[in-house]
Amino acid sequence: MPETRPAATLERPGFSRARLAAIGLALVCLLALPFAASGYQTFQLSQVVIYAIALLGLNLLTGVNGQISLGHGAFFAIGGYVAAILIVKFGLAYGAAIPIAGLVCFAAGFLFGLPALRLGGIHLALATFALAMATPQLLKFKAFDAYTGGVQGLLLAKPKTPLGLPLTRDQWLYFLCLACAIPLFWAAANLVNSRIGRALVAIRDHQIAAETMGVDAALYKTTTFGVSAAYTGVAGALMSLIVGFVSPDSFGLFLSLSLLVGIVVGGLASIPGVVVGALFIEFIPNFADRLSDVLGESAKAAPWAIYGILLISIMYAMPSGAAGAARKLAQAVVWRKGGR
Amino acid sequence: MFSRRAILQAGGAGALALAMRPWPSLAANAPGVTDTEIKIGQTMPYSGPASAYGVIGRTEAAYFKMVNEQGGVNGRKINLISLDDGYSPPKTVEQIRRLVEQEQVALIFNSLGTAPNSAIRDYLNENKVPQLFVATGASKFGDPEHFPWTMGYNPSYQTEARIYAKHVLATKPEAKIGVLYQNDDFGKDYLIGMKDVFGAKYAAMVVKEASYETSEPTVDSQIIDLQSSGADTFVIAATPKFAAQALRKAYDVGWKPLEYLTNVSVSVSSVLKPAGLEKCVGALTGAYEKEPTDPRWKDDPGMQTWRDFMNKYMPDASQTDDNISYAYGAAATMAQVLKQCGADLSRERIMKEAANLKDFALPVLLPGMTLNTSPTNYNPIRQMQLSRFTGQSWELFGSVITG
Repeated sequence: MPETRPAATLERPGFSRARLAAIGLALVCLLALPFAASGYQTFQLSQVVIYAIALLGLNLLTGVNGQISLGHGAFFAIGGYVAAILIVKFGLAYGAAIPIAGLVCFAAGFLFGLPALRLGGIHLALATFALAMATPQLLKFKAFDAYTGGVQGLLLAKPKTPLGLPLTRDQWLYFLCLACAIPLFWAAANLVNSRIGRALVAIRDHQIAAETMGVDAALYKTTTFGVSAAYTGVAGALMSLIVGFVSPDSFGLFLSLSLLVGIVVGGLASIPGVVVGALFIEFIPNFADRLSDVLGESAKAAPWAIYGILLISIMYAMPSGAAGAARKLAQAVVWRKGGR
Repeated sequence: MFSRRAILQAGGAGALALAMRPWPSLAANAPGVTDTEIKIGQTMPYSGPASAYGVIGRTEAAYFKMVNEQGGVNGRKINLISLDDGYSPPKTVEQIRRLVEQEQVALIFNSLGTAPNSAIRDYLNENKVPQLFVATGASKFGDPEHFPWTMGYNPSYQTEARIYAKHVLATKPEAKIGVLYQNDDFGKDYLIGMKDVFGAKYAAMVVKEASYETSEPTVDSQIIDLQSSGADTFVIAATPKFAAQALRKAYDVGWKPLEYLTNVSVSVSSVLKPAGLEKCVGALTGAYEKEPTDPRWKDDPGMQTWRDFMNKYMPDASQTDDNISYAYGAAATMAQVLKQCGADLSRERIMKEAANLKDFALPVLLPGMTLNTSPTNYNPIRQMQLSRFTGQSWELFGSVITG
């Protein structure tokens, strides 16, 4: 039965030769891109990489482990603020601030994961939603003013290119984001394809059955929450670095919703899918804005209507996200080649 | 047919032009300026929590449309590219970079919000792009010494406080002042402004400063403290809810000070009515714009110009919205600066002319009020006129005071 082989290969986790080649090609493109793009475009690409990291974190939690979070903007904010405070108030190097931001978010996520154990499905979504609502307000809280800068936020000096490398500041920051993203992606891919990953999926699909098999659901779920928050926190730290400013307004509720939209558009539980999701978050609102300008001069209120229409169309065309659509496409090609 | 030599010469000239393009030394026009057009940019919260302010961007676009139909500025049309930032600073940074690097605008005009403008100030100053007439009252945007490319527009809270202090000195020099202020930059700006004017006398004049947090349910205890300090003059630097509580409580405990109320909290419907109209009689505040709903401006020629503009260019918009008259004034100021630049539209010249407004009058500002800037003064509107609450409405009195 040679015709079913390629399909099986596609479905198989791990690194086939074709997959390695694809990853290698993607890496080369990623490294070459900033030299072809303008400074502004490089800045946008850095944002895409950052969103991809955040989405990856959320996807581990929601896609792989089945815990819905509407509040990942909160961890994004914590990561961003921890990095900013360490750099501005304590004079720490940004290279050290980023992993610390990740660790702090791991702790925060782990702790939030404990009460989350008692909440399932829609209730957990509401609890995390509350977290996203509360965070911008807490950041304004008077007692933290000396550190957070209150409503005024904190300004960071943008990092300069070190060691006299022949890179612009935007290119350097892009490579910094990429240098954080690649090991994180590698780790996530390994995690998902390991025994732990299978346990996480088992918990998502049927927690009682998983527990019967000897999976410590409570430990896995809280740890996943922590890891997921850590990923998102690193993304937040990188964002505050490339933007050079954090304030409570930077981390509104819409950020949390965008992240959820991103993983659904990319495909739940899909690791390459988060890149599509990140591209969506970064470019579709701009695209909708431009489209509404074309449609009429008083259309300034319409971009979000257009965004909505685009989102609905995409979900209609690809109900299981970009990853699902790619899978289907590959299967269709294989099916046709095999001549039934 | 072109000769080979002509093509080579043209190529050489083109290469030279390309080589010279970034930052030529003198008199080169800013990016975005052609013989027929001046391209300028801004960010506005068209979506998100502050989207009510989006009307400012729409009004400004309509104003420039009017200017363009009347022939533009010195023969050039103004093209305003207004992008949505949803009041989110990271988005503001992205959009401003798009405007500067991709759209190649000459300057950034009237971007809205304290946080969004804070996020882009370093970038714009580093790249020497004018950040003109930012739409916020925060006093930090009028700092030519450290940020020579950033200029404010709204009268700052400090300016307002200086005006109150000057009025106190002029009419009641022996006053004992109590201040209620919100414990953040907004509230503290009032203390700074009064210190500017009182100087060494501050400690003697301000007998009590009481602060509150926005998380507190009431300010009752602060009012009692202020009353017992023996103050006879009361400066209220509070947002609407707390201002209403303060006015009511001061009246209820039988404290009868002369009250100065921040113009953030002068709304009759949302502050004075909840406090009790009769309890607010005699309160003073500072104003700088002609309130579109005030019957006194019904036949005012300046407001008539504004209404004509509204009827023609924004027929669907509400003529009671003071954001619109605000935006009208800001856009007119922008057009004036470009007009003053004449044929030289370099960024340096634009900044120089922005800092060279001399007694520029706007139809939407109170009579006698003008805009003035200089290389050391980046706060264009520094004047206010006081008005007193009659129990029904605010009534202007006295003359224009410069803060």
